Amino acid sequence: MLDIIQDNWLLLLVGQYPKGPLGGLALTLILSVMGLVLSFPISIGIALCRTSPIRFLYASSTVLVYIVRGVPLVMFVFWGYFLVPVLVGHSVTAFTTLICTLIVYESAYLSEVVRAGIQALPKGQVEASRALGMGYWKTMLWVIMPQALYDMVPSIISQFVSIIKETSIGYVISVQELTFSANQVNNNLLTRPFPVFLILAITYFLVCFVLTQCAQHLERTITRKRTPKITQLRSIANDSVLDGQ
Amino acid sequence: MIQFSMVNKWYGEYQALTDVTAEVKKGEVVVICGPSGSGKSTLIRTVNRLEEIKSGAIHVNGQDIHAPGLRTNDFRSGIGFVFQSFNLFPHLSVTENVCLAPVRVSGRSKREAREQAVALLDRVGLAHKANSYPQQLSGGQQQRVAIARALAMNPPVMLFDEPTSALDPEMVGEVLSVMKSLAKDGMTMVCVTHEMGFAREVSDRVWFMDRGVILEENAPEAFFTAPQHARSKAFLSDLRAH
Repeated sequence: MLDIIQDNWLLLLVGQYPKGPLGGLALTLILSVMGLVLSFPISIGIALCRTSPIRFLYASSTVLVYIVRGVPLVMFVFWGYFLVPVLVGHSVTAFTTLICTLIVYESAYLSEVVRAGIQALPKGQVEASRALGMGYWKTMLWVIMPQALYDMVPSIISQFVSIIKETSIGYVISVQELTFSANQVNNNLLTRPFPVFLILAITYFLVCFVLTQCAQHLERTITRKRTPKITQLRSIANDSVLDGQ
Repeated sequence: MIQFSMVNKWYGEYQALTDVTAEVKKGEVVVICGPSGSGKSTLIRTVNRLEEIKSGAIHVNGQDIHAPGLRTNDFRSGIGFVFQSFNLFPHLSVTENVCLAPVRVSGRSKREAREQAVALLDRVGLAHKANSYPQQLSGGQQQRVAIARALAMNPPVMLFDEPTSALDPEMVGEVLSVMKSLAKDGMTMVCVTHEMGFAREVSDRVWFMDRGVILEENAPEAFFTAPQHARSKAFLSDLRAH
């Protein structure tokens, strides 16, 4: 197994690069980061619609999220791969297809993370902000989002881990990411699929495991920072009625 | 300063406020008391439209707050509101909590807002906590910061919704003394509170509410010594029975 790594590590890491297109683990990570970064602002928009009192925005965003969450990713890849060129009238690279697919797919999932982050904040935060005369957007921008996004960081990292694994679906439309590279190695060696795909699995695992650990560490830090001194908050204090009498 | 005329409020089938008609004059301190669920909090929350009403009218400073075209945010910033649960912004320092609305709503410069914040924090006795975060403060300190935050918009009216009910007994005094000093400075105040000592000492008038109706409006001394309404009598004797 070590000899396979020794002979093919560069291909697994960066694909044909620099003689050919960039691929391998590098492309997997680029796809994942782009997928996360580009879908993030869209997911905030969807989350705002999902928490909106305006019926139309709420209904349409909810339908969108449920549809995307109810269809497997590979369907979106096929739709993007076969339908988009027909619609735009010229061919689209596999890379672009996969990025667009990831954005659509991840926007829906991330929006649920963002929505949960917004709704997990105490209602009093919105009320306090509105009572000061801050409107909806100012409240979102200066009070709700800074808190919600901070609390969400661990969930976003978990989502990033999912994206990394999802990019492997790019293999079916020949995006030269990590799985594609591993398959190339397998085709060269012909007789040793088991160690090749074990290396592939271990690589994915290592990257995702490190990220998951980071997420857990951050979650503990955030929980520690956010825990209020409950001892000072009495739920109902009717005993104080008699004070001063 | 604040006029309620025939205000009605419903939560579904439940009528929370019934034909409330009353007035708070400029510079007056009104304490609203009554059993829980009597509509006290609901009533003061209607004043800055945290609760919407079904019918009736509310005027603040002569302005009909339900007038079409009136921008909610404009009149809200002219009404200071202090919550039972403080509701400080945990991601901002004490000073930033106080500066947020002046900078983001009134468009004041950060320096100017900061100077004002220092003065306000000094007024509530927390100048030394300017750079702390809310979770590092005691409940009483948090509530005093919340008062400073509300004062930062220079509101002519301050509303207090059970400001000491979530506090440990030993912290009630520090919050009440800040409120007393505000009252002494001539601030128009409406306080929902169970602190009868405060009501007696500081308020100009006491409103007694039960089941969404203001049953009695009286001077504090008269209210505590010779309550007019049968239910205020029962309420007060219940308090004393403890």
